[in-house]
Amino acid sequence: MHPAVSVIFFTTATGAGYGLLALLGVGAALGLLPPHLALALTGLGLALTLISSGLLASTAHLGHPERAWRALSQWRSSWLSREGIAAIFTYVPTAAFAVGWIILGRVNGWVAAAGLLAALGAIVTVSMTGMIYASLKPVAQWHTPFTLPAYLIFAAMTGLTLFNAILQVFGLGPQWLIAVAALATLGGWGFKRAVWRHDSGMENRPTLNSATGLTGGRVRSVQWPHSERNYLLKEMGYRIARKHSARLRRIAQVLAFAVPLALFAVAVFATPWAAVTACVLTVPVQLAGMLIERWLFFAEATHTVTLYYGLP
Amino acid sequence: MTCLPETTERQLGLAIDLDTCVGCNACVTSCKEWNTGGHMAPLTDLVPYGGDVDGVWFNRVHTYEQDDAMGGLTVHFPRSCLHCTEPACVTVCPTGASYKRASDGIELVDEDKCIGCKLCSWACPYGAREFDVDVGVMKKCTLCVDRIYNENLPEEDRVPACVAACPTSARHFGDFADPNSAVSRLAAERGGVELMPELGYRPSNRYLRPRERAEHEITIAAPPLQAVQAEGGFLGWVDRVLSR
Repeated sequence: MHPAVSVIFFTTATGAGYGLLALLGVGAALGLLPPHLALALTGLGLALTLISSGLLASTAHLGHPERAWRALSQWRSSWLSREGIAAIFTYVPTAAFAVGWIILGRVNGWVAAAGLLAALGAIVTVSMTGMIYASLKPVAQWHTPFTLPAYLIFAAMTGLTLFNAILQVFGLGPQWLIAVAALATLGGWGFKRAVWRHDSGMENRPTLNSATGLTGGRVRSVQWPHSERNYLLKEMGYRIARKHSARLRRIAQVLAFAVPLALFAVAVFATPWAAVTACVLTVPVQLAGMLIERWLFFAEATHTVTLYYGLP
Repeated sequence: MTCLPETTERQLGLAIDLDTCVGCNACVTSCKEWNTGGHMAPLTDLVPYGGDVDGVWFNRVHTYEQDDAMGGLTVHFPRSCLHCTEPACVTVCPTGASYKRASDGIELVDEDKCIGCKLCSWACPYGAREFDVDVGVMKKCTLCVDRIYNENLPEEDRVPACVAACPTSARHFGDFADPNSAVSRLAAERGGVELMPELGYRPSNRYLRPRERAEHEITIAAPPLQAVQAEGGFLGWVDRVLSR
């Protein structure tokens, strides 16, 4: 599948943003977050910037962005429509939470309830994003039980990395939070490796035989219907060289998981000043790694239409 | 509404005979000719006379070779929308632009509602939908809705353009919901197959596989020249004279 920059940025940014928003909402409700103006502004500001810029980017690949409002109408059948509605609904409790925490300076009562609702909205929205991909039967690498949990796990992982970094900067982050963030990154790494292992062993996928109905014997494509690349090949037939794929997987793992884990280890044992620096550094490094992971999520996914062109 | 109709009164579609298709592309060009002025018009061509041509087509003919016990077989394979009974291309649409008609089961795109998100083309396993970069909306085969009900055309012409154009009558149009229709009976007789049935889209179109060939060695009309047996009589004398 064609790795569109707008969709890669959208899924990565909103994942991290909703992860952070959910943690802020739950953290406030659990009484972990004080009514601290700068913390509230930074935390919610960052979460909303990531979410809103991601949602705006997602409209960039539309043929008619000015009609995007129509996408809210088919929630009964379409995961994309449900995602749009969930994203908009999540803004309501988020706005209430922001007013309570930033302007009124309180995190109890209805503000805490709004925080919990914002967290719920964030989880639902990320789930809808995951289901858009998980529901697509023609793409074998996406139509698996791994896709929905992957979106939730990576949203939680990047959200925790951000949450930890912000709290450490304001000197409000306990030592155990670093350990929790490190565990989330370790879990994300293990999950991604399990997904790759699953993808490499997929069986019972459609073949050119079942695609053409020519059962029995070997079927091979000898002539395409057109000489140049058409929409189908540009959009669904994106191919990535095997050697680049292997190298990019290594780079993604180093940036998204290995380096952040090393930085978390430094943060646990280093002086306070170095610990804060290490925690802040985990954010850009992990997000860069996740952008590569998301690029691979698209580039390595194969669509059944390529069978007709004799491609795997 | 992108929810699917529970039942359709009819389910129109095509039976495509891979035994008689000669890969002439007449269905491809007549489809383009009709539809670039029809319901989904235009079928934009970008840089049609340049080096990097690209354009929207609803019907494309692939050519395959199949190895079987009897040797090789060349198969021309027209690929277009199969007007599925469970079309995920319709249900994924967030705007209601894609819909399946309850009256005849045809899947269409309302170009005025399409936002061009392309998700329907991802959801189609068969590559039936093509995005028009110029207009910014998705386009697809309409089964020539503007021909099959068109009272301005003589009755015999009220079939999809691809069917009308086929010089070998490899394309048959009709109602698959009626088990006694000509296409249903043809598909039943010839063991017409669904494409990628394992994905569960339940396509309406049926493909009729090339007929089984006779179970004997491949024969050559002219047997190779071989040594003539020594013969007596007149022919033997001719043989001896010619062999000198």
